[in-house]
Amino acid sequence: MRDYVTFLFRVWRLSWQGSWKFYAWMTLLSVVSLVGLNAYAHQFVEGLQTSNMTNQVSWGAYIANFTFLVGVAAAAVMLVIPAYIYKKDYMHEVVLFGELLAIAVIVMCLLFVTVDLGHPERFHHMIPPFGIFNFPGSILSWDVIVLNGYLLLNMHIAGYLLYCRYQHRQPTKKFYIPFVFLSILWAVSIHTVTAFLYVGLAGRAYWHHPLVPARFLASAFVAGPSLMILAFQVIRRVTRYYIGDQPIFTLRMIMTVAMIINMFLLGCELFTEFYYPTQHATAAHYLYFGLHGHHALVPWIWSAMALDFVGLVLLVSPWSRRIVGLNLACVACFIGIWIEKGFGLIIPGFVPSALGQIVEYLPSRNETLVCLGIWAFGTLMFSWMLHVAIPIMNGSLRANPELSSPTQ
Amino acid sequence: MSHEPQDTVSPKTIEQVYQPMKRRTFLKGTAAAMVGMAGLVAALKPLLALERGEITIDDLLQKHYRQLTPEDLQRIMQSLEAKCQQEYGVRPTIRDLKPLDGVEFGYALNLTRCIGCRKCAHACVAENNQSRDDANDIEMSYIRVLEMKKGSINLETSTAFYDPETVPQKDKYYMPVQCHQCAESPCTKVCPVQATWPEKDGVIVVDYNWCIGCRYCMAACPYDARRFNYKKPTIKPEQINPNQNYLSNRLRPKGVVEKCTFCLQRTRAGKYPACLEVCPTGARVFGNLLDPNSEINYILNNKRVYILKEDVGTQPRFYYFFDK
Repeated sequence: MRDYVTFLFRVWRLSWQGSWKFYAWMTLLSVVSLVGLNAYAHQFVEGLQTSNMTNQVSWGAYIANFTFLVGVAAAAVMLVIPAYIYKKDYMHEVVLFGELLAIAVIVMCLLFVTVDLGHPERFHHMIPPFGIFNFPGSILSWDVIVLNGYLLLNMHIAGYLLYCRYQHRQPTKKFYIPFVFLSILWAVSIHTVTAFLYVGLAGRAYWHHPLVPARFLASAFVAGPSLMILAFQVIRRVTRYYIGDQPIFTLRMIMTVAMIINMFLLGCELFTEFYYPTQHATAAHYLYFGLHGHHALVPWIWSAMALDFVGLVLLVSPWSRRIVGLNLACVACFIGIWIEKGFGLIIPGFVPSALGQIVEYLPSRNETLVCLGIWAFGTLMFSWMLHVAIPIMNGSLRANPELSSPTQ
Repeated sequence: MSHEPQDTVSPKTIEQVYQPMKRRTFLKGTAAAMVGMAGLVAALKPLLALERGEITIDDLLQKHYRQLTPEDLQRIMQSLEAKCQQEYGVRPTIRDLKPLDGVEFGYALNLTRCIGCRKCAHACVAENNQSRDDANDIEMSYIRVLEMKKGSINLETSTAFYDPETVPQKDKYYMPVQCHQCAESPCTKVCPVQATWPEKDGVIVVDYNWCIGCRYCMAACPYDARRFNYKKPTIKPEQINPNQNYLSNRLRPKGVVEKCTFCLQRTRAGKYPACLEVCPTGARVFGNLLDPNSEINYILNNKRVYILKEDVGTQPRFYYFFDK
């Protein structure tokens, strides 16, 4: 126990050690986070009127970002599976970073849901015994369970492995292996349940569609790995932790397959919506071509389509065997999927409204600031976790260090 | 790939972690912490504008409507009355009318007669104390009247924002839509905290003191029947209807969802809903579905009845019918 307190203290000390570049980066992220917090404080006082949401479009940028990020968190499983099921040793070099990323991203998800609430101070209404949990009826209740469960699982696995590394001993298998396998199933469940949030609503034809969960997973396994590929390169460039090319190219293979599946499913969806014109296709029509002179989302979705297409071509071609091409593909896919899965999925669910009325939506300035704040805060968390995890991973932070000079 | 870490954490810095903290480091840390705290306080400054008593310990500890003892509820309703008096100078009477035994409400609307005058939508706002910016503002009304093109029942080609000199227009007919009080209600199914539920008489209500404002029910509703208070409701003292009910038309806080309750503050006391009373053409029929001799049952048994979006499976208690 005392060792653990010492460990925490050292981690805390380490958090404040770093070069001026590290300080500049963390300060920048803190400032943006605070700007977001300030925007949220305005929203808290004035209500959600600070957003551009309406009675017709009752979910917007917050829920769109939430949906996208659940997928990114779930994608940590794409490091876990090669490492633990296919026993690829080189994946063990990086699997912990995937888990840390999942932790940061799940926290972002929870923040995005919280800022969307009209009464965040009543959050305990969801937590028995203080509140009433509508379980198993409400899919949102399921989502609360799976998201928090996934957060705890990853915190346990990552925390335990890091602490063992710090103490310089082999981790005991039974304390983490069962959780690792559970986390694989759990990762799939968080994104499936999030998809079911929408699919379960029979009144919204655009969402009431069995392909949605499948596409969610496929696109998540592109967006998540693309972020990790970029993060790993930053890690190997600015820290004393070596990551080889093998994990990166394993991820490339995974995202290529996932992107092909994603685009195929997209094609199936477009065929169903557009081959035979039904009233159920009006939302898709609004998204891709505009409806009755309203086309706020049209430039967005075609940018997403272009980015997706560029990403796909780069991935299946030899260009992405070189790191520059791969990075381009990652950026294109990440942004493309962020648009198509966030705005492209959530907003057309409400346009036209359930009564066929068209009220358009794009986020307000305040909403955008809150979103930026949460993204900055997530990045801040991930940077901090890497900052303390890497010296533990490469063995420089130890429980019993051999000091070059005696302790004073 | 070359690997020359231009590192943030060198062995030298790691070593400092094991050493006791130096005075200088401590002071630097304290200074940084103070800057951080100042930033945090500055970011949170808008919170000072929170109205006094907007969030109280009592509110946070309040239980769900169905777990309240009658005494608790009495006390809460009295404090709501006092709050309204203090803020608007009007003292409402807030009651908690329970569902009547042997009653299940149903509503039918005659599409042949409706002329699209929107008097129902306005009466709704006046009766139910919705937020409004001016006399013409019916955005928060629980009734949306759709102007439909003759020749189809297609919502996609309808408009709720019509504004001609006179109604009805020759090539149009009109379809008011409000909460259908569905027997298979998607909205109550999805609510994560059971803040909305169907009562014994079929009316679906919201506990405004329990709703967390996630708006999942609004996404679930196929009839666009729910409204959200994006801001604190704006209503003038002289516009307040003092005949209020805890689960229906009492003044709402910001950040909660509200909806049509078939005016339960009236209908549970034996009166008709406000929208029915104001209708100039008698297009609206309201009554007890469990009473075989009620007018509503006569309509259901003898007229051509249309159920909006029957394919969604919601089993509404709201029906449309045609005269001929």
